[in-house]
Amino acid sequence: MSESVVTKEHSQDTQTENKDVIVSYKNITKSFGDVEVLKGINLDIKPAEKVALIGPSGSGKTTIIRMLMTLEQPTSGEIIVDGKNLWHMEKNGDLVPANEKHLREVRGDIGMVFQHFNLFPHMTILENCMTAPIHVQKEDKASAKERSIEMLKKVGLGDKLDNYPSQLSGGQKQRVAMARALVMRPKIMLFDEVTSALDPELVGEVLEVIRDIAKEGEMAMVLVTHEMEFALDIADRVIFLDNGVIAEEGTPSEVLEHSDNERLQQFLHRFRS
Amino acid sequence: MRGIEITITVLILSAIFGYLFAFIAGLCRLSTNPILRGFTSFYVEIFRGTSLIVQLFWLYYAIPMLFGIDLGSNLLAGVLAISLNYGAYMSEIVRGSILAVSKGQSEAATALNMSRFQRMRLVIFPQAVRMMLPEFGNYLIQMLKATSLVSLIGMHDILYHGNILRSSDLSAAPTVYLLILVFYFIMALPLIFLTRKGEAISKKGVASQ
Repeated sequence: MSESVVTKEHSQDTQTENKDVIVSYKNITKSFGDVEVLKGINLDIKPAEKVALIGPSGSGKTTIIRMLMTLEQPTSGEIIVDGKNLWHMEKNGDLVPANEKHLREVRGDIGMVFQHFNLFPHMTILENCMTAPIHVQKEDKASAKERSIEMLKKVGLGDKLDNYPSQLSGGQKQRVAMARALVMRPKIMLFDEVTSALDPELVGEVLEVIRDIAKEGEMAMVLVTHEMEFALDIADRVIFLDNGVIAEEGTPSEVLEHSDNERLQQFLHRFRS
Repeated sequence: MRGIEITITVLILSAIFGYLFAFIAGLCRLSTNPILRGFTSFYVEIFRGTSLIVQLFWLYYAIPMLFGIDLGSNLLAGVLAISLNYGAYMSEIVRGSILAVSKGQSEAATALNMSRFQRMRLVIFPQAVRMMLPEFGNYLIQMLKATSLVSLIGMHDILYHGNILRSSDLSAAPTVYLLILVFYFIMALPLIFLTRKGEAISKKGVASQ
């Protein structure tokens, strides 16, 4: 990354950031080879805010949250998490690309749920949940176990603790994946099309859990989703991405019901037909 | 028949060191360090690309002459040749299995804020080992058969004793060699069973999308 070293002023600028913002994307671009997927994203997310990202496939929705989870590196721009620069760190007065230690410090408050669940198949449901608290957060085993059981009960799987992921339905797997992320007590939760890989009759139970989490309120949530009704229902803000830029944003009703953006209308039309 | 204990000793030692070399070389080939990677690739290709018998003779006859390093015993030379050779083959299994664990597993582990080492130890490696088991079993059976080569550097294994018997009574050759085949097969039986077991274990508990 040739433009990795940026000036220090930029970083101090971000230190005095408004306290009301937990995540801030500053002019983020991302290219895969010759294809520019994101062309300058500026986006602030407030603590406890629920943001829905919608848009045609290939519009870069998933890339936006993957960069926040450090699964994808931005080509240029900065992401600030809780006042800390995610992809760069300070060294001898310069900003240099972050090393793993720095990434781990900054991403500790972020959790993510994936389209394909990505449960650990060699561990029981309970082990899936308690491994990270024990090894990453150094919580003692008894308390991690207790909290994991509690969380699994909350998502309705208290009777499956010793089962393996292969013994569960898709909807149950996704609920385990949510419990696994939640026991880490993140401040920001990312949902990457979490219902897309599910049979239609299993979508409801997963959305129900997300709705419950959203109601509790204290976490910021970013959802990449195709469930428009659901977005309308739980999101504080809906962002429509098109061609690598934010083409429209606002409250759910502004974006989904009262926008006159032509591309957005086309996109929504395809969903409703 | 005598010599079975030699065959089994060589097999067990070769297996232990073979797996050890396989893991070391397999992990080194995945390293980000180009020197380490280059060196292990060199080792793997040399030992895969040349004959085991010739390697054995090198270790037992040529190296002590050329460099004055005496390996001390034919047991050590035999075990070293077999384990280096099979370790090279099996290192590819180690490398392939680790790469075959789905990318989503590593991403999920990252999302739980695990370090690179924790991702490997807690998530990738346990799944990769399950994938390795059936192939490891196959190679174990092959190693058993390869142990017969140590009779060529003067070790008194089954084949050596068979040859002695045959030379005292040349007409007994068919019986003697049939017996040797039967003995190898009997020794292979538990290994075949072990391999099946490995396959069963590896069927559950791996994510590879």
